[in-house]
Amino acid sequence: MDRAIEHTKYLIAGSSHAALEAINAIRMHDAEGPITVVTRDAHLPYSPTVLPYVVSGKSAPERIFLRDDDFFARNKVAYRPKAALKALHADRNTAELADGSSVVYEKLLLATGASPAIPPIPGIDTVSYHVLRTLDDALKLRGAIAESKQAVVLGAGLVGMHAAENLVKAGASVTIVEMSEQLTSGYFDKVAADMIEQAFRDAGAKIMTGSRVVRLEPTAAGAKLTLENGTTLEADLLLVATGVKPEMDYLNGSGVEHAQGILVDDRMQTTAENVWAAGDCAQARGFFTGTKVMNAILPDATIQGRVAGMAMAGDPGVKDYAGGVPLNTYHFFGRHAISVGSSTVPEGGEVVTRFDEKTGRYLKAIFAADGRLTGIFGVNEFFDGGVMAQLILRRTDLTPLRSRFVANPLAVGREIMSQTWR
Amino acid sequence: MGRAYSTIAFDPAKCDGCGDCMTACAQAKTGTDDIARSRIQIYGREGAADKTFELALCRQCADPKCVTVCPAGALNKDGTSGVIGWDATKCVDCLLCTVGCAYAGIALDEATGHVAKCDTCDGNPACVPACPHGALKHITTANIYNEVGDWEDLFAPGLAGCQGCNTELLMRHTLRRVGPDTVLATPPGCVPGMGSVGFNGTTGTKVPVFHPLLTNTAAMLAGIKRQYKRVGRDVQALAIAGDGGASDVGFQSLSGAAERGEQMLFMVVDNEGYMNTGMQRSSCTPYGAWTSTTPVGETSRGKTQDAKNLPLIMVNHRCAYVATASTAYMEDLYDKLDKAIAASKNGFAYLHVYSPCTTGWRFPSNLNMEVARKAVETNFVMLWEYTPQDGLHFTKPVDDPLPVTDYLKAMGRFRHLTPEQVEHIQKKVVENQKFVERMTEHAHVG
Repeated sequence: MDRAIEHTKYLIAGSSHAALEAINAIRMHDAEGPITVVTRDAHLPYSPTVLPYVVSGKSAPERIFLRDDDFFARNKVAYRPKAALKALHADRNTAELADGSSVVYEKLLLATGASPAIPPIPGIDTVSYHVLRTLDDALKLRGAIAESKQAVVLGAGLVGMHAAENLVKAGASVTIVEMSEQLTSGYFDKVAADMIEQAFRDAGAKIMTGSRVVRLEPTAAGAKLTLENGTTLEADLLLVATGVKPEMDYLNGSGVEHAQGILVDDRMQTTAENVWAAGDCAQARGFFTGTKVMNAILPDATIQGRVAGMAMAGDPGVKDYAGGVPLNTYHFFGRHAISVGSSTVPEGGEVVTRFDEKTGRYLKAIFAADGRLTGIFGVNEFFDGGVMAQLILRRTDLTPLRSRFVANPLAVGREIMSQTWR
Repeated sequence: MGRAYSTIAFDPAKCDGCGDCMTACAQAKTGTDDIARSRIQIYGREGAADKTFELALCRQCADPKCVTVCPAGALNKDGTSGVIGWDATKCVDCLLCTVGCAYAGIALDEATGHVAKCDTCDGNPACVPACPHGALKHITTANIYNEVGDWEDLFAPGLAGCQGCNTELLMRHTLRRVGPDTVLATPPGCVPGMGSVGFNGTTGTKVPVFHPLLTNTAAMLAGIKRQYKRVGRDVQALAIAGDGGASDVGFQSLSGAAERGEQMLFMVVDNEGYMNTGMQRSSCTPYGAWTSTTPVGETSRGKTQDAKNLPLIMVNHRCAYVATASTAYMEDLYDKLDKAIAASKNGFAYLHVYSPCTTGWRFPSNLNMEVARKAVETNFVMLWEYTPQDGLHFTKPVDDPLPVTDYLKAMGRFRHLTPEQVEHIQKKVVENQKFVERMTEHAHVG
């Protein structure tokens, strides 16, 4: 079918945090330029981060949307659901969409996020399994959890752990299978992970760390898993939560350079003219390494989306991206864990920890040789993650305050920051 | 048009860390005395030589990061109140908002397991009246912007003031408030100099304006008002004059109109000199100040006489209303404008506005409000109002004034002062304060 090709000034592919922040940033500077948002999703914008709570029933699915039609109307944004980006022709500023249409843009933002990474386990395509990245995934999983008696969760990242907790609470017998030696690796250290593990064991979950699945076979009830050591597990519900991969298949032949993700500079511009990228699909400078890293977390998506939007609109106020700082929060069985910054101890750096067995409060702070904070991690120990992130980004020397800071990061962090802000 | 919002302001210099604000908040918001659960948190800086206090409180950001990082849509900035609201039914307790906020304005309440933040108690914050030291203030000046912004601006869009002059603010606000049924008199001075009388045959105002002599402003305006009354038209008679035109050569007609109780509002913009014509001294110029006629040289050290207190003289005319005001306190000014307009329907209303002059007083053009505020905070000028019924009372009493040097140092016209001159000025400030205080006591007796 021949269609008139649509023209737009700003084309945004994707509809979650990075995309929404880019819209705000563009509209701050350019009140009129037409914006078109195209997304693979069938719904209004929502956050992948809220989906575990849709599964648990804490969030009503019809109330998770971050924007409504009125927002798009007021901001003169054409919102096109079920119109994923299929192919990009950066040489002629044209995007080909899954619905068969094409859009010619002046500036393009790739904020297409990520999709579940499915491990190449033999037999995986013979069994049915769940993933959790979209609202539709969440609704399917929510239904299945209610029915499940015997569930297996592959992968002990935050998505897998959230789902496992939901399954435990729904009364299923749950086994978590994780390749690495600890749970939530990459988010929390061994001590924190052990606390998380204990909470899950106390609730009746089975944890199998350091375990690799070598074969999957369908059964009448669901699937049979065979582990490397020969153990087999039966599952009526299998959730694959072994991480995500950036959504960027549409780049093939586009000339936009990509590695683990879409490579961007400090203004979120890709190697192609008029094309930017932000959020979980982007590979941008890391704050600690200076090299380009994946930092697929929500707060960073908003920051990157902001920078990209300002750059696209030509806002003279745009500042270089400071580099991604890992920031994570995790709630489990009524407890909370917060991690801010890098878990790597820098050369000549120092690690300070404290643990109170009675209260279960755990704190770990990492300082560089020059006295600044590079990472702080707490379980049941609340501190202001936003203040900690600022201390890291501003490279504040904490040497004179270190012992007080470690004893009470909440109060001392606030004390330092409120002076800084005055 | 956008909206302006009220805000809670904290002055660390006045805080002694008593924690009453936290108790009030905890009681209002949690029904307990547990100050750890207060949404306003005061922190003493340990080890600091002078004990100082810091604040963690939601700033109700215009561009709130907590809202942008919330995955559940549970936080939203209310377009009307400006408050960032938290929806318990949407929140998933993920704490990401606390990671987004760089001000520690939203934090975990461990007793509930939910985040908690300041909601300004629906515009009536419990912490503010609980502060015994005035370190917390609920600044509601934004209401003026929201309300007045919709009224018609009766001044020409462009006018020729010096950079940083607050007289434009005064003229636009005053004319907006009095409205279009007004006749305006602007004798020689900065106000016509800025363009009220217009250019090339058109006026600078959207109301009739005339340019009397320095000497006869009040007399001419009185005649015009009487003529309108005679033909049955209710017109607001308004004069905006400088301190020179009012306190020196224009004083006889001003005094006469006040004595006769002419129905008008006479506003004096007191910049303490003839600034429009080259910064000559007036009888309102304070002691020690440099002007082009009280120069600083080998023998001369600025003005050798104290300023005449014109508003107190007007009180002694028993006018229907007399008040002093400052553009650093716009709510107070608006309140007085309202009362002055009402009083001018039946008698003579006099409003004396202290108006720092960036050019003549020699301070940077961005500091006009700061200088105006310092004048009040040091008691160099006092804000009060008078009616024959209620006598005189302070509207912004300053019980613990800053040293007058804080004011004097803010500008160049006092740069040359000797310690003896500063001492003289400080003594005068105290004397003036006592003088006005005595008048307020008399009012209570009467």
